[in-house]
Amino acid sequence: MLHCEGVTLGVPGRVLCRNLTFGIEPGQLWAVLGVNGSGKTTLVHALSGLARCERGTVLLNGRSLESADSRQRAREIGVLLQQEDANFWGSVFEYALLGRFPHAQSWFGWGGEDEEAAFAALAEVGLTEFAGRRYATLSGGERQRARIAQILAQAPRLYLLDEPLQHLDLRHQIAALMLFQRLALERRKAVMMVLHDTLWPGRFCSHALLIHDDGTARAGAAHEVLDRAGLEQLYGCRLREFAQGAGRYFLPDV
Amino acid sequence: MSRPLLLVLALLAAAVASLFAALIFGTFPISVPQVLDSFFSPAPGVVHDVVWQLRAPRALAAFACGGLLALSGALLQVLLRNALADPYILGVSSGASFGALLALTLGAGAALVNTAALAGALAAIVIVFGLSFRRSDWNAYRVTLTGVVLSTGLSALISLTLVMAPQGQVKGMLFWLMGDLSYAGDPLAAWLLLAGLTVLGIIQATRLDLLGLGELKAQSLGVAVTPLQLGIFFSAALATVAAVMLGGAVGFVGLLIPHAIRLLGVANHRELLPLAVLLGGAFLTLADTLARTLLAPQQLPVGVLTALLGVPALLALLGRRR
Repeated sequence: MLHCEGVTLGVPGRVLCRNLTFGIEPGQLWAVLGVNGSGKTTLVHALSGLARCERGTVLLNGRSLESADSRQRAREIGVLLQQEDANFWGSVFEYALLGRFPHAQSWFGWGGEDEEAAFAALAEVGLTEFAGRRYATLSGGERQRARIAQILAQAPRLYLLDEPLQHLDLRHQIAALMLFQRLALERRKAVMMVLHDTLWPGRFCSHALLIHDDGTARAGAAHEVLDRAGLEQLYGCRLREFAQGAGRYFLPDV
Repeated sequence: MSRPLLLVLALLAAAVASLFAALIFGTFPISVPQVLDSFFSPAPGVVHDVVWQLRAPRALAAFACGGLLALSGALLQVLLRNALADPYILGVSSGASFGALLALTLGAGAALVNTAALAGALAAIVIVFGLSFRRSDWNAYRVTLTGVVLSTGLSALISLTLVMAPQGQVKGMLFWLMGDLSYAGDPLAAWLLLAGLTVLGIIQATRLDLLGLGELKAQSLGVAVTPLQLGIFFSAALATVAAVMLGGAVGFVGLLIPHAIRLLGVANHRELLPLAVLLGGAFLTLADTLARTLLAPQQLPVGVLTALLGVPALLALLGRRR
């Protein structure tokens, strides 16, 4: 549903990745891996229409991303930003409800289905009991879950998640990954997430995109792209591979 | 009943009560029945004239002025994502004051002073906007800094004008700087503007909430950010100009009324904006009634009263255990 064709990304004074071509389809769960500053966040912004590509085009359902109406686009693509530089004064429920903006029907308030969607989303991340709490009083991990709930309430068809596991403890990392996997496999959403952890992609992801320092990238099915040699080259450190159950896990060899 | 609804009812009652109090209290005593009479069975006479020609226009001007300032403050706090933003951060009041003072120094009449004030206010907005707006790159810090720097420069010019002005004029000038509703004109236009901007704000409320989360976030959820920011900038600027033209630079209201509403537990703009308008209007009406009655026949600048009343109330709200 989302296709990158010959995309080159850059920030002022620097080219990040060159000539990137790949496509994301419903039912796929992608991992984006790369070292710091390799352009993972810039890629998420470009794929969601928040930043321009230096070259190449991003096509959403065959049409250029830039030509889409912004609210229409927000019904298709949801973005979990790496950071939010603002404080929110309202409750956790009000926070999740804001994800419904692309679907809002009325000028003067939320509809019943918006409130239901926000409650359901909070339930999925285990924040039902926090609905009435002020967002500002949440811990870092709880906020991260509230932000995931907001994008669930938004209910897009493509999820672009920039470091969705940050601040989460192990239990909630697993819960979040299971949730994303359900989104892809059961609800046929397309999901792409930026990860820093070599532990998870081989266990949960169907596809992976590796962005190297030199601007080259490898995209493809997880079993083709994710191997020890490739990851060692990517991160510049030695790894060990464990295969257990459904997953292949990579751990640093130090 | 939900908390916001209770607050709306309470503040509506406060608004009506403040307007009523403004009709009753003053050097010429008027009782409640007399006011009601002048509403429902108007008969020509002193009471009728005092109520309808003196007190009602001034009370309505005070209410519109307070409402506009609170609305403008709430909007600018979102636009600039700065809790300390107030309506005067765009340099509107300094521009207006400087224009008015310059005209006063040159011995202009009231109409010309007002025109000069309006010109000064609009010039300040044009300068701040022209220096800070870049296509597709709105930077809240640049807007804030440009406004603050311009205000500082204008304040220096205002001080200079005050020093150079003949003794007799200084007192009249100070009233411009501190806020005073004694010379307020017809408040009808201000009321229409207040009503229009409040409805517009309520319609755009969710977009304002989203902008409060950051530009990128708002954009990612489908808000056309730049048009929204332009709309907020000019709505706030227009509201401030209208308020300043009615009552000079009344301080405190625009900065702290929105915070008072947030401290009462309402944060989303669909409820915050109308509540701030009601509280700001009621508060300034009450303060103005006190300003003209406390030391009557001496009139105090209402800006002093807003601070003296508002600061303790807000400190109490801040200190409240939650």
